[in-house]
Amino acid sequence: MKLVTAIIQPHRVDEVRAAVEAVGVKGVTVSEAAGYGRQKGHTEVYRGAEYTVDLVPKTRLEILVDDADAAAVTDAIVSAAQTGKIGDGKVWVVPVDDVARVRTGEHGADAL
Amino acid sequence: MVIDAGNTAWMIMATALVLLMTPGLALFYGGMVSAKSVLNMMMLNFGAIGVVAVAWSLWGYSLTFGPTWAGGIFGDPSTYFGLNGVSDAESLGAATGVPFLVMVAFQATFAIITVALVSGAVADRTRFGPWLVFVVLWLTFVYAAVAHAVWGGGFASADGAIADALSTPIDFAGGTVVHINAGAAALALALVLGPRLGFGRVAFKPHNMPFVLMGSALLWFGWFGFNAGSEFAADATAGRAFLNTLIAPAAAMLAWCLVERIRDGKPTSLGAASGIVGGLVAITPAAAAVDTFGALATGVVAGTLCALAVTLKYRWRYDDSLDVVGVHLVGGMVGTLMIGFFAHLDEGTTWAPDGALNGLLYGGDLTQLVSQAVVAFLALAVSFTGTAIIAQLLKVTIGFRVSSEVERNSIDIAEHGEAAYEEA
Repeated sequence: MKLVTAIIQPHRVDEVRAAVEAVGVKGVTVSEAAGYGRQKGHTEVYRGAEYTVDLVPKTRLEILVDDADAAAVTDAIVSAAQTGKIGDGKVWVVPVDDVARVRTGEHGADAL
Repeated sequence: MVIDAGNTAWMIMATALVLLMTPGLALFYGGMVSAKSVLNMMMLNFGAIGVVAVAWSLWGYSLTFGPTWAGGIFGDPSTYFGLNGVSDAESLGAATGVPFLVMVAFQATFAIITVALVSGAVADRTRFGPWLVFVVLWLTFVYAAVAHAVWGGGFASADGAIADALSTPIDFAGGTVVHINAGAAALALALVLGPRLGFGRVAFKPHNMPFVLMGSALLWFGWFGFNAGSEFAADATAGRAFLNTLIAPAAAMLAWCLVERIRDGKPTSLGAASGIVGGLVAITPAAAAVDTFGALATGVVAGTLCALAVTLKYRWRYDDSLDVVGVHLVGGMVGTLMIGFFAHLDEGTTWAPDGALNGLLYGGDLTQLVSQAVVAFLALAVSFTGTAIIAQLLKVTIGFRVSSEVERNSIDIAEHGEAAYEEA
């Protein structure tokens, strides 16, 4: 099993959710995040004063998938989240030892 | 004195309107600070209502409006101490048939809003207890002195030294007494307390702009009582002050938004709310002394200059957190000085104290402008110096500011044991 984590632009959440659902994903966890990558922060002006915004708002998606589905889900996220502009985010995949479904106590792939 | 029912009814209503300005100010300021210090901010304002109303009934009114005392600096605090057994013949509204105690209450609401205005300069870092002590001392030594000078028969009144040497300065509803006074005090207090942690680096954005807009609306609503009530009568001059209080802030709001559109790219809702207040401040001293064009010009100049002035704190490194200096000191100066250009005392509905003259644009010479400038700068100097002394005294004795740990975490929880937005 794999954990696919995606940091994306907040305004692409609906498109990404629809895209992963289309490739068979059953569940997604979404949370608000803030951070910076190669784009760093940026300067904004408010009430005549310039200030730097170091942390840019992002949305974080976490999806547990079967090994075989990881590549398809990753591709679906990338194509749905992409705007081509700086700050589009990242997607990464890590191996998962075990998953348990709390309601039934099932383990492994059955719990996905 | 024969009581005039119409005038008295209007003054009772106007008093309630002016009192509403302070809770309105609490919303205006409360929305501008962060979510973790909004209760402390609003409590500084509500605390001022409590302290000033009590002190005013005991010695505050008498110290301001009693017979001249202490070399002309104050009124005699013993004359009307406690306000029992007063005679309506000695009412501030005797000429218009308004009873003594109604005028005491009306003037109390001015003292309340003036000291409450100061608190915006020290948002996010002021301990509640020392603030209440500051309010008592500031009301007693600064507000009473400035108000006595202008409205209590002191040196800036129609019987005073400035009127003898030049002409009577015009301050219809409190440009000097309320706004220059509060703005200069705010500057002194901000300097004594020092900047917030992160000032000049972090953006202190308002946590709730709808609060700020509603606050500015309540201020505007109450300000009709403030300005039109300052006529002490329900008559044509009250109507002039009322109209000017409608149009000057409207022009100022547009001017402020235009400055932001040109300078920053976008007109903000904070700019609109601040523009309204800046225009209200500027028209306050001039409300009954200028005609329609004078009111519009005052609004435009105030909205523009205040919008430019709020950035000075970054250049000169004083943390006037919610722009009390930029809006009230600058707006108060604009309004007070614009009278020197726009005073139009023979328009028909306008009014000014005996010995005041028309402004430069209405056939006057420089006399009225100089007279206005003298009283403006005197009020500024007196208020700044008096406030700095009181604030420094409190700082080295009981302490005025919360610890940096409290400032970082939450002043609301540390000072009041509450959070504005609890998760239920």
